[in-house]
Amino acid sequence: MPEITTTDADTTEALGAGIANLLGPGDIVLLRGDLGAGKTTLVRGAARALGVEGPVTSPTFTIANQYAGRVPVAHLDAWRLGDPDDEEIGLALEAIGDEGVAFIEWPDSIEGGLPDPRVRVDIDHGGGDTRVIHVAGCDAATDAALEALVDHLRA
Amino acid sequence: MSDPVLAIETSCDETAAAVVDGRRILSNVVASQAELHSVYGGVVPEVAARHHLTTVNAVVDQALADAGLTLADISRIAVTRRPGLIGALLVGVATAKSLAYATGKDLVMVDHLHGHIAATWLEPVALDPPFVALTASGGHTRLDLVENYAAPVLLGQTLDDAAGEAIDKGARLLGIPYPGGPGLEALAREGDAGAFDFPVGLKGRGPSADFSYAGVKTALLYAVRELGEEGTTARRADLAASYQEAIVRPLADKLMRAADTHGVPAVSIGGGVAANGRLRELVTEGAADRGLQLAIPDRALCTDNAAMIAAAAAFTPIIAWPDFVGEDAIATAPPGGIAA
Repeated sequence: MPEITTTDADTTEALGAGIANLLGPGDIVLLRGDLGAGKTTLVRGAARALGVEGPVTSPTFTIANQYAGRVPVAHLDAWRLGDPDDEEIGLALEAIGDEGVAFIEWPDSIEGGLPDPRVRVDIDHGGGDTRVIHVAGCDAATDAALEALVDHLRA
Repeated sequence: MSDPVLAIETSCDETAAAVVDGRRILSNVVASQAELHSVYGGVVPEVAARHHLTTVNAVVDQALADAGLTLADISRIAVTRRPGLIGALLVGVATAKSLAYATGKDLVMVDHLHGHIAATWLEPVALDPPFVALTASGGHTRLDLVENYAAPVLLGQTLDDAAGEAIDKGARLLGIPYPGGPGLEALAREGDAGAFDFPVGLKGRGPSADFSYAGVKTALLYAVRELGEEGTTARRADLAASYQEAIVRPLADKLMRAADTHGVPAVSIGGGVAANGRLRELVTEGAADRGLQLAIPDRALCTDNAAMIAAAAAFTPIIAWPDFVGEDAIATAPPGGIAA
């Protein structure tokens, strides 16, 4: 599984931007990581690459933030949800439609109710500003593209 | 002249309705657990929209009854349109549109943040501009310059987590149940706010009026990990006090700095975090040092409520019957702030 160690938010955002460029209509990205790991930072980078302007902030409270980029972008957070049938995520996915892409933080409680993700991101704290980020694609082609992206960012 | 407005607010966990006549609150009903016993006799609404759906009619009826009015006496209907949980917003918007349509009344669709800022317009606070408003809650953290209530100007906002969200998540790390604010504050009173040097977001980045809470959250996580379970238990009060300080001090400092910069004679605080005692202490000191008027609405007007939505409706364009039938709820805030 491709892995990269980042020591600043800019690299985490760049990884997000690279992942965004791999996505097509209807794609979902799942993000796992502890508090303050940088999930929202990564999504901010992705959203910028998709043409979103303005603040990209934590969706924990509203559960679903939606942005109008070149495609509709949903930034979701299941932290407060405990049920795969909860309607908030479904409504948000419906709102972005077939054309949009969705980034979902803390997906464990609802994953059973979601379509298969295109990319999974796991972020671990490495102490201080260091983060160890694993990315995994849904197929060999996506994995290869993620491997190339990570190599590029390491260089 | 009597001009009562019925307002409905369902943007998050609370189902709320109020009747406000000018600056005077005639009724203000929030379906929290205590009120539910009198209003509905049921359970507390959790996050889901279906709870709003089962509660909203009873709450509206209660607001009208408390005001001693019937729907026929109401001049127009106001509702929170954005931002919030989309499923939750939809219930309030559909209810307000239906009531307005059926009774031939006009509708006002209000931005929830505009409501928090306009809460100080209501009596008995009845603050008049200009002033700088701090709004800090679980979902929002922002500073606005209010030269008139119709068009607050955004000065700064959180770049990542809201202050109340940082409080809730930090409280969870310390084993305090949701919502963590009151528990964290109680624990913090027994601790030393200087015990841990948690980073203050965006410190040293010049005169920015923006806020950042991702860093302090991570710092707390690292401290808890380093201390281990036993060490964390032993130092819980110090951790809580230091963490709370790192969150509320920038709120107070930046509010005061903005008041200095813009030369206003008054400041206000609102949103759920305005209930925090340490924040109140800090802004009270800061305002006294500067000779500023400090406006803090009652707790019931700081947390989510519908009276504040009626207040903002006084400064929001009216959508005439029946032009509102195609209008909908919107989950997100517009970039830069507040929109009708």
